[in-house]
Amino acid sequence: MEITASLLLQQLFVGLALGAIYVLVAVGLSLIFGLLGVVNFAHGAFYMLGAYVAVYVYGLTGSFWACLLLVPLAVGLLGLLAERWLIRPLYGRGVDYPLLLTFGLAYVLVDSVRMVWGVQGEAFATPEALRGAVDVGFGVFPLYRLFLIGLCAGLLLALWLFIEKTRLGLIIRAGARDPLVLKVLGIDVGRIWLLIFGLGTALAGLAGLLAAPLRGVNPEMGGSVLIEAFVITVIGGMGSLVGAIVAGLLVGVVVAMTTLFQPEFAELAIFALMAAVLILRPNGLFGKS
Amino acid sequence: MASTSLPSSSPLLRRRSVLQAAGGALVASGSAVSTPLWAQAETIRVGLPIPLTGPFAAEARAVQQGAELAVKEFNAAGGGAGRKAELLVRDDKLNPQEAVTRTVELIEKDRAHFIVGSVSAAVQLSVNNATKQRKVIYNSVSQSDSINEAKDFSKYTFHECLNPHMTAGAVARYAFPKMGKRVVFLTADYAYGHEMARGFLNAGKAFGIEVLADIRHPLGQTDFSSYFPRILALKPDVLVVCNFGRDQSIAFRQAGDFGVKQKTKLIAPLLMHSGRMVDGHDVYAGVIGGTGYYWGMEQDTPSARAFNAAFRAANGGAAPTDYAGLGYAGVRNVLAAAKLANSVDSDRVAETLQGIKADVYKGSTYYRACDHQSVQSVLIVESKAPAQATTKDDIFRIVATEAPDEARMRSCTELGHA
Repeated sequence: MEITASLLLQQLFVGLALGAIYVLVAVGLSLIFGLLGVVNFAHGAFYMLGAYVAVYVYGLTGSFWACLLLVPLAVGLLGLLAERWLIRPLYGRGVDYPLLLTFGLAYVLVDSVRMVWGVQGEAFATPEALRGAVDVGFGVFPLYRLFLIGLCAGLLLALWLFIEKTRLGLIIRAGARDPLVLKVLGIDVGRIWLLIFGLGTALAGLAGLLAAPLRGVNPEMGGSVLIEAFVITVIGGMGSLVGAIVAGLLVGVVVAMTTLFQPEFAELAIFALMAAVLILRPNGLFGKS
Repeated sequence: MASTSLPSSSPLLRRRSVLQAAGGALVASGSAVSTPLWAQAETIRVGLPIPLTGPFAAEARAVQQGAELAVKEFNAAGGGAGRKAELLVRDDKLNPQEAVTRTVELIEKDRAHFIVGSVSAAVQLSVNNATKQRKVIYNSVSQSDSINEAKDFSKYTFHECLNPHMTAGAVARYAFPKMGKRVVFLTADYAYGHEMARGFLNAGKAFGIEVLADIRHPLGQTDFSSYFPRILALKPDVLVVCNFGRDQSIAFRQAGDFGVKQKTKLIAPLLMHSGRMVDGHDVYAGVIGGTGYYWGMEQDTPSARAFNAAFRAANGGAAPTDYAGLGYAGVRNVLAAAKLANSVDSDRVAETLQGIKADVYKGSTYYRACDHQSVQSVLIVESKAPAQATTKDDIFRIVATEAPDEARMRSCTELGHA
């Protein structure tokens, strides 16, 4: 097989589209761990819920764009409820309790979905406007995946602006650095954490919706995504937004490129990358000790 | 009843012997009565460990529906060996360890007489090990011929399902002469995927195919986008997709997204009915593959018509898929053997089952003597495009049928039998 520049570029784009989904899931996970100290094992389940809520909303409205708006809101709301009533009572007892709770929550969510929608999974059609492929110069690429790259870029920019440039973002960053000082200043830290958890799960749900036209919808879809998200969070550094973005895209590209030359090593490559990064920078690429 | 060292004049012993005598009388009188309470509870118990959760859930569900129909029909016809049949369904979670735990539980705790099941090739081997050891008949509905090999075989092991050699061979013999010689394989990296690729290679040799690449993907892969640029760059005539279940429907869907269908022909050794039903007509349109059964056979096959009618009646009008047929035949044949042998003893039923020749739902089948493989036909089907389908169930068009033929299977000697 001839390795041409256009083949490499095509594969790079494939990697970026792959990375886009990884990033959305990893950002939420990283924020929740970095700011709340909670290892959210239910993150994959919220991703799956996003896809199923999308199936439901699409059934009601017939509009993908309505799903784009409503799915993150719905899943984010579920996240808020989970934080307020399930996780908050466990703060202060160490890292194990919330971890075990979210682990159990994942099982409950997956089995609930199986009971309501069955075990066989659902199809989710690519929206009409985004079907087909476009010629991007070096090859033909599915329009929907281009949309995915663009949408994620836009979302992440908005998120970065929110965290870096707004007052609420300033409070969040301060809270990550030192929650005690925030409390002393009279700011309600609990409300901040609630918001962050809701935001993180909303992003996961959105990722599930966006992945649905690519991979279908089934109750087990969150499992492998969760593992990949954890690896990416570790590579990027726990709690770092920029880290999650860079690591997610990096992993996507590494997987794509490895698949081009040695497909059997693609899964291994993710973990090899993690090992390499941890040897060089034990806290991840952008992590703080 | 353990012997005691108490003197015979002890009141305890006298009471005990009175109770023993009373119990004995009760049992003796019970056998004279036509349907005593505990004898009514004795059924023929068929254990069904299948992957009810996970990527093969839809196929497992179909197996269960077929099995339930077989049990229902058996009981409606009066049962056999003096008993009715009972189905014990368990979830093996597509995991060999879990499957063994469930199987052993079925045999030792639930006292199942026979085991039918498995969808995964890896699982069937571990279940077979467990049933072999305990001398329990196991009729596997998993697509793989590793269970027929001498080292895994036992007199209690039966294989109702087709194997990759048969299906891949049949599809290869149909497709390669028509479609071209430059071939790329996209193969799931586990035993079943390898067996399918090997089946194609064996049959393809006769047509002089040129294998441009054999691309392996992990089982349970959800994103195939990384494989397509390379596949498109190779410019094959045929892309052979050797995988199963959800992997297959996702691979086809994404192949469509990347415009692979416009550039090359897609074939699969085994076309998933349930994946096709979930994903509708577009994703699979134009794909050609093999299968063990399609309800459309009813046009020419009376037993298919009868099976379809009974299945539809029991399942709200839904037509049976290939896995429903396997669940049905797998259980029906075992129960028929028990009835014919008038026994639930494994040795007697195994001997009888070996000799069963029947037309249960797809034309006549029988078990080959050396490895108990069900010798049966293979259908080549083409998935219909949306415009050609008349109903939701009208998913395939039967383009060819390969009749049952031992010459097309791996020979007994090849598998290690004497």
